[in-house]
Amino acid sequence: MLAYILRRLWQMLPTMAGVVVLVFVLFNWVGGDPSYLLAGKMADAHAIAAIRAQLGLDAPWYVQLGIFVKQIVTFDFGNAWATGEPVSHIIATRLGPSLTVLVPLTVLETTIGIALALAVAFVRGSLTDRLVMVACTVGMSISILVYIIVFQYGLAYRLGLFPVQGWGEHFTENLLRYATLPILIGLAVSLAPTLRLFRSFVLDEVGQDYVRTARAKGLPERRIVWVHVLRNAAIPIITYVMANLPALLIGAFLLERFFGIPGIGREVILAVERSDFPVIKAVTVYVAAATMVFNLLADLMYQAVDPRVQLA
Amino acid sequence: MTASPGLWTLAWRRLRADRVAMGALAVVCLFLLSVVLSATGLVAADWEDEVAVNYAPPTFVGPDPTLAALAQPQAPAPPNAFDPLAGDLAALQAQLARAGHAAHAAKRTTLPFGADKWGHDVVRKTVKGGQTSIVVGLVAAFVAVALGTLFGALSGFYGGHVDDFFNWFYSVFTAIPAILMILTVAAVLQTRGVLTIVLILGLTGWTGPYRLIRAEYIKHKAREYVLAADAIGASGWRKMFVHIFPNVSHVALVQMSILVVGFIKAEVILSFLGFGVPVGVVSWGSMLNEAQNELVLGKWWQLTAAATAMALLVTAFSLFADALRDALDPKLK
Repeated sequence: MLAYILRRLWQMLPTMAGVVVLVFVLFNWVGGDPSYLLAGKMADAHAIAAIRAQLGLDAPWYVQLGIFVKQIVTFDFGNAWATGEPVSHIIATRLGPSLTVLVPLTVLETTIGIALALAVAFVRGSLTDRLVMVACTVGMSISILVYIIVFQYGLAYRLGLFPVQGWGEHFTENLLRYATLPILIGLAVSLAPTLRLFRSFVLDEVGQDYVRTARAKGLPERRIVWVHVLRNAAIPIITYVMANLPALLIGAFLLERFFGIPGIGREVILAVERSDFPVIKAVTVYVAAATMVFNLLADLMYQAVDPRVQLA
Repeated sequence: MTASPGLWTLAWRRLRADRVAMGALAVVCLFLLSVVLSATGLVAADWEDEVAVNYAPPTFVGPDPTLAALAQPQAPAPPNAFDPLAGDLAALQAQLARAGHAAHAAKRTTLPFGADKWGHDVVRKTVKGGQTSIVVGLVAAFVAVALGTLFGALSGFYGGHVDDFFNWFYSVFTAIPAILMILTVAAVLQTRGVLTIVLILGLTGWTGPYRLIRAEYIKHKAREYVLAADAIGASGWRKMFVHIFPNVSHVALVQMSILVVGFIKAEVILSFLGFGVPVGVVSWGSMLNEAQNELVLGKWWQLTAAATAMALLVTAFSLFADALRDALDPKLK
């Protein structure tokens, strides 16, 4: 097991190196010279040269790449250009609010998605199944922007059921007061695609021989669905949920922006607006690393769920 | 003896039998027609004319009495002998009159589906916005599928080190979540423009088609017809794109139709955030951006128009893409 984990981590190195090079190339060659941006409107050649020297932009590319790698390894990306706040501090403080929204959202989405998918898959082909699928297709085609705008206006602004936006100091206050509506909207948006996907996972299982055997030996339908089918359908579901967790961190940026939640997603949007490259670079590299680690965790969880899976 | 029907004929027959798919195709074709008409300037070319009062409501709601005063033609300002711009203004007005714009025409108090902040007709604006959004979606999906096909063909056909290289490239791109990749590229490319969005979406979206096309090429390169092509001395490039590609093109087509839906949604979000179309170009995303503030004032029509048009197109396109996949690849579910 340990050998397997070590080998997987070793295999991540070339991919991680690729991510670092890709980000480096994007920001150093595709993008313009940031010193003009930093120097402001009244820049003279002297000021620009000073900034270039400070950022290491006048050094050869391999020195700059070395600086970048050192920044990644030491978690020290310097200060954000726009606010002067250390980048590591930005990431550390924005993670909490993001997770306050994302953890309940993911747990609710997965449990409700699994329950509905099992229910729908067992009446497959019926009118209920088809209506639910049509509703999902229509639900998915409405832009997430429309959900947010309409729900925020209707439920928060008009009816006053929730605060329109804001964020407090205490975890419980944030979770119960400010995060409720964003979580509900996130659920409304993500449930349709999740349900469609989970339904196809369950459908792959319900035709299998073991389901017929379980029926033949007289098991109640409820036990077949919730024990036998669920355990087998769990494998692709785990892959999907785990692989999507790091992406969700960014994916909730619209919710965070609309509701004024000081999370990672909103920080990325602000950084793109302000051309605050250190923040974007740091977030991109760490989210990529997190994606790879979570993929490994998903593989480890397979074995826990399905003893047939051999990690070799 | 008659020739046996080919893949495309069979697929078309299967598609024809599917009434939902044909309905969806009809809707998609209507939208494409509106794109062609508005791109050629036959409809909605004059969407920027301020034909109505600001925020004129839809006709079925009735005129807003508080806006009635605005509908009257504005009286020209009294002559002012000291106005230093008088000469320039007169010249400008003469130019406008020649172009056929009445300077102080009466404005309408209602429009079929209302007007926006400046009195633009929302229906025409939606058609024009749809043109931008749909063209971006189509072109970006084409770029993404073309890249994915090229990489996938090279990777699957040659295998070995080429395959290793592209697989590494693929794992690098998939390690970064798509939306973060899009935002990063948007941050780096400082310019805002339609071409920029097409590039952002096209250059980040090739991974899905790549994986499927690569698998198809691995499957096909050992088949007899490719060996036969090899025997008559066809070059690698010719085997890849003249012999094999027609046999895997249905995968590319299905991938493209799936990507179009995703890219239209992505363009709307990018333009909404202001990283998309430049100022002065209208798209469904920029309409939603304006509509967000209008909703608080109770002006719901622009939001409804853009949201409905988009939902209708995306629903029809996804239903059609699903049916197309079923028709072209009956083995899959």
